[in-house]
Formats: sequence, structure tokens, C-alpha cells
Amino acid sequence: MPRRTHIQTTLNGEEIDFLCEPRQSLLEVLRDELGLTGTKEGCNNGNCGACSVLMDGRVVNSCCVLGVEAEGADVVTIEGVADGDTLHPLQQCFLEEAALQCGVCTPGFIVAAKALLDSEPDADEGRVRHWLAGNLCRCTGYDKIVRAVLKASEMEEVSA
Amino acid sequence: MKEIDYLAPSSLGEAYAALQNGKTSAFLAGGTDIIVQLREGRKEVDQLIDVKHIPELMSYGWTDDGGLVIGASVPFAEIYEDDEIVRRLPCVIDCATLVGGIQIQSRACFGGNIGNSGPAADTVPALIALGATLTLGSAGGTRELALEDFFTGPGQNVLEPGELIITINIPPQPANSGAFFHRFIPRNEMDIAVVNVGARVDLDATGERIEGARISVGAVAPVPLFVAEAGDALVGETPTEDSFGRAADIAAAAATPITDMRGSIAQRVHLTRVLTYRALDRALERAREA
Repeated sequence: MPRRTHIQTTLNGEEIDFLCEPRQSLLEVLRDELGLTGTKEGCNNGNCGACSVLMDGRVVNSCCVLGVEAEGADVVTIEGVADGDTLHPLQQCFLEEAALQCGVCTPGFIVAAKALLDSEPDADEGRVRHWLAGNLCRCTGYDKIVRAVLKASEMEEVSA
Repeated sequence: MKEIDYLAPSSLGEAYAALQNGKTSAFLAGGTDIIVQLREGRKEVDQLIDVKHIPELMSYGWTDDGGLVIGASVPFAEIYEDDEIVRRLPCVIDCATLVGGIQIQSRACFGGNIGNSGPAADTVPALIALGATLTLGSAGGTRELALEDFFTGPGQNVLEPGELIITINIPPQPANSGAFFHRFIPRNEMDIAVVNVGARVDLDATGERIEGARISVGAVAPVPLFVAEAGDALVGETPTEDSFGRAADIAAAAATPITDMRGSIAQRVHLTRVLTYRALDRALERAREA
């Protein structure tokens, strides 16, 4: 039986603890141990951004973080983006702008875009495109995604 | 990934002790290289030593004489969000903003990029142009060496077992000097350099003549190159198309690239010349603004 480490962390605003092996990535812990399957595995090597989560306010690829590194951290996943049943403006705008097709990249895009709008609510198109360069989408051609993020940035809840 | 131990020492002493416990080790800083290498079986170790709880590796600051000391594990994002570094050492920002995307920059660090020792490492030509040194530490003490002397081959360097990179030290820059780093990749972001170049130009007090220059080129040899003779050729010259062209020719002649999926030998030699010329030109602009 592999040794498991006890980790305490804040996940989507809630203090939790879990057991994991040191070799497990944060992505594996989220999906396999905690049942939070909103965060997707794409490339599993740090290129595609599908597994993006916020860690202490910064967007990271959870496939390139170990679960044990979450000790004492503040982690936000796509499950923590909406406010109860009320969608985050980014989620609403992704729907309205049809900024997704297969949907595998979508949680990563929304989490990454949230990190941008949290710190730079007035980000322009160039800034949005640059920021999202670490998120790959094979369906949309990106235009709809960029439009959705810009639309969300104009909504009061985000820019306030 | 095979089973692995995880240690998170909170001091250099604890880290050195962990390195001497008889197990094979790798360092974990941003994890953007090592976690992938372990997962894909390209590397195998008994234990990962997370160096992000060691204060010396996680802080940075200016020295009294105007140098910048950067802890090996400080994430790039922390560096390029610092307005004073942006203003005083833009060449550091040139490279820190180019490694991977935002997700990578949240975690990846200079010590990791250097320690991983890839021939195309984007921070290295920039730091060599700035004259950076490394402070390496082990249970036996510390030593300092020029960054260009650190690399011995692709993925290989002079680190001894039990030794780690503590800081990257950027010395005070000469008055009237400017440095610039850029790379060529086939897309706009998120790719490994086909060629990358860092250059620094030091002007004399009149701003008319070059007192010194440093040129470093990556991805064109088994290790990042410091082409001292290209910079030396500019000493005493005026900054002109001719003099910069001659220095760029010398840099291109020093390149011994391979052909791979990212580019051919001919393309890389050509790019070395073009990027060196442009890097000198932009470094000159910055020197004149200084």
C-alpha cells in the first residue's frame, strides 16, 4: 500500500483535507480523490491549459502541480467559479457567445480568464489573447472565446 | 510515475541534509519540467525536494551597489510584476515573459530554467548578456560562477551531487548600457526557441562609442553560447550597421546547430545573424534611453 500524505487546503472557499500519494498531481487529486471532474485533463504535460486552476490567486496547470503542494494553499477550480446557481459573468458570456463546442477546454479557459479579469478588469483584446495563449482550443478558432471574455469584462459584476 | 518521496525543507541546511540521505533526488520548484519528466519516465528519482520553502530561494532584492539577486525559485510572474525590475532591467523582463504561457509563468523560475539546462532555455542568453553569475550551495559551502560556465551539454551542468542553485546574481549594469533579449519561434507564444539571442551594449559617456558588448546565443549548440569575440569586436567601434553586422557575422560563425523539427542548420545560422543584429540594435536603443 503506497504511503499517503495528509494535506489540508482551502478548496473553493472551504477548508478541507485529503490523503494523497506524493506522486499524484493536483489534477489527479481533484478528479480521482475529490470527485471534482470539472477540471479536465488534456495533454497532461503543461501545454494545453485544460487543467487550469487558481492557486493562491495565480492560474496554474494542475497537471504540473503535485497534490502535496496544495498544503496550506487556496485552490479554486471551475466548480468554485459560479455563485451557487448564479453563473459567473464569464460562464454566462461563454454560453451567449457560443464560445465552446466540445467543451473540454472550457473550464480551463474560464478559470484562466477569471484570473485575468480579477486582476485586470479592463483588459483589451490583445491582452486577452496574450493571457490565453497557454489555453488550447481545437474547436472554436478562439474568436468566440475572446469575444466572450471581452463581453464579460464589460459586465458590471466583473468590472465593479 | 513511480512511487516517490516528497520533502519540503524549510532551510538550506535541511535541504543539504536531505540530499545526503542516500536517495536519488530531484528538485521541485515550479514543477513545469520535472513533474512532466518524471511522469513520462524521462527521469527517475527516489525523492523530490521541494525547494519553495527555503527563504533564500524564494526572495529577491537589490544589492547596495545596484545589482539584483534573484532566488532560484521565485516564479517569473513575481519578477515581471515588479515595476522597479521592469524599469531598471527590461532585459530580464524580455525573457521572463516569454517562457511558456501565464500558467507556466505562475510557477516556473530562473533556477529551474537554468538547472534544466536545455540548449534553448529562454532565460539564459538574456542573463548571460547581463553578466549574471550563479551562487551554488552544498553542505560544504557556497561557490559562485559565471552563468556561461554552468552548462556542459544538453540537460547537463556542473552541479555536483548534493549541490543546488541558490541565487541568480545580476551585477550592477554599466552607465549608458542597455540589453535586449528575443527569440524566433514559428508562432506568437508558447513555443521553444528556434534561436534566441541576448545582447548588451555599453556606450561611453558621450554615447557615441561602444565601450563593451556581451552577446549570447541559444538553441544553436549543445549549450547556450557566450560569444565573447562577437562582443569584443565592438569595443571602440561606433554603433553602425557595419559594426553590428560584423558582430552578428561572428555570432553566426560560432553557431553549430543541428537540424530538427524546429529548424534546419541553415535557417538557424541565418537566424543567429539576424537576431543578433536586431538584439544589438534594440540594446543600443535602450542604452541611449538609459
